[in-house]
Amino acid sequence: MIRVENLVKQYGGITASNHLNCRFEKGKVTVILGGSGSGKSTLLRQLTGLEKPDEGSVYIDGRDLTTLSRKQLFDIRKKMGMLFQGSALFNYMNIFENIAFPLREHTKIADNIIKTIVTMKLEMVGLRGTEHLMPSQLSGGMMKRVGLARAVVMDPHVIFYDEPTSGLDPISTGVIGKLIKDLNKALNITSIVVSHDIESCFKIADNIILLYYGEIIAKGTVEEIRNSTDERVKQFIHGEPEGPIPFTRTAKNYLDEILYD
Amino acid sequence: MEIAASIGRLTLYRIQVLGRSGIFIFSAIVQAFLPPFRISRLIKEIDFIGSKSFLIIFVTALFTGMVLGIQGYYSLSQFGAEAALGIMVALSIIRELGPVLCALMVTGRAGSAITAELGIMKITDQFPALEMMAIDPLKYVVSPKIIAGIISLPLLTAFFDLIGITGGYLVGVNLLGVNEGAYIGKLVAAVTFKDVYGGIIKSLCFGLIITWIATFTGYTAEATTEGVSRATTNTVVLTSLSILIVDYILTSLLL
Ligand SMILES: Nc1ncnc2c1ncn2[C@@H]1O[C@H](COP(=O)(O)OP(=O)(O)O)[C@@H](O)[C@H]1O
Ligand SMILES: [Mg+2]
Repeated sequence: MIRVENLVKQYGGITASNHLNCRFEKGKVTVILGGSGSGKSTLLRQLTGLEKPDEGSVYIDGRDLTTLSRKQLFDIRKKMGMLFQGSALFNYMNIFENIAFPLREHTKIADNIIKTIVTMKLEMVGLRGTEHLMPSQLSGGMMKRVGLARAVVMDPHVIFYDEPTSGLDPISTGVIGKLIKDLNKALNITSIVVSHDIESCFKIADNIILLYYGEIIAKGTVEEIRNSTDERVKQFIHGEPEGPIPFTRTAKNYLDEILYD
Repeated sequence: MEIAASIGRLTLYRIQVLGRSGIFIFSAIVQAFLPPFRISRLIKEIDFIGSKSFLIIFVTALFTGMVLGIQGYYSLSQFGAEAALGIMVALSIIRELGPVLCALMVTGRAGSAITAELGIMKITDQFPALEMMAIDPLKYVVSPKIIAGIISLPLLTAFFDLIGITGGYLVGVNLLGVNEGAYIGKLVAAVTFKDVYGGIIKSLCFGLIITWIATFTGYTAEATTEGVSRATTNTVVLTSLSILIVDYILTSLLL
């Protein structure tokens, strides 16, 4: 389980994380939902220790990530998996070597067993037979699935997904969504998904955290969010252009700007 | 006032970048000597920076030596000193042209490619991906390139020297009729250990400079396609200038 306490992160004048408090439970898929620029990626980078918060703590199994040494952080990361938005496959390695990479670096597992493990992971994502291809030979959806196979190859306790379905066709979106859900159930792990895609979010989420310009404006189960009476939440999940969430966020009054500038 | 302030800001920024690149190279070198050692990564980089440069170095060296042969013969024959052609070719190449031309050719071939490679890794999030797999990107990606540069450049330079002197020999002895014994004999007698040592020191420094600038520029490139192409150009320009300036400094120190 991961617990976030009073997390603050600022970039220049922008508060990307504004006193966040939330938890990500084991065995559950939690989706961090929000519009672009709402601080989803920033929160994810702090959860993984890729970036240090200005204030506050991130507890993973009771240990505060923000106080750990690099070596301790690396030990925890060996039990984390992450699927990057652009898949982040190593472009100079074929698919097999990409997936085998963490095993080769961190374990002394024999080659024939590595081969078995990689084959199993590829079967799981439905891409057995692509071992010898290079990442550039795959479509975006296939790269995501390979990225997922690589993310789970060390049997992590936590998996992070950054926009796993953005830019994919509806079928690939469905496939990835189902994989996320199935994996979470089969391994009984903590799954954390960053997304702005409400449709697929409702399908895969157990819990939802809704971010709005650096603040959590709602959190709860899918049902709770769906039935929320908060105007901002309603506007976001129905994708309405008009409402309490303004379409623009410029400081200047529009009329002032066009008339007097 | 405005101008003074912006010059000040720019200077400050430049100094910051220099400081960061210093920390960068220092950590990369320290990391190279800490376990785990990835010998296969190092061999791959030596192959890329070193072995794959042999042909281009061969051609550069051969023609440089041949031109020196013709030019040297022309100058020396005015004093009737053609017999000293071997010395002239050898000293020019070993002390100056070998290390410098070698470094410039490797910059164009490998330096720009290294920056582009790192830039692409950056655009596609491969550095945070390594971080998330509990692997230090600096140690995994940068350190082997730096070490490979420091190992490869002296070897390439030695090869350049050999081919260059041979080129001078081909033109001088075979084409222009300089006495064979004089070319080789005087050369062997005149080239001192200090000349060779100076050339090696230079090439070691150039190996470091090439890989340092190429990796730092790539690692800090703006993560867009334009950012990476700009970084690649910057690498070639910055490295070439640094090589020429450092060559002057080293020459004046070593003489
Ligand atoms: N490295 C950074 N430097 C400066 N500003 C940043 C940086 N990362 C994010 N921001 C700012 O923080 C806010 C939240 O960004 P981000 O977390 O990327 O949002 P999201 O992922 O929800 O689109 C944005 O206003 C963005 O401009
Ligand atoms: Mg984002």
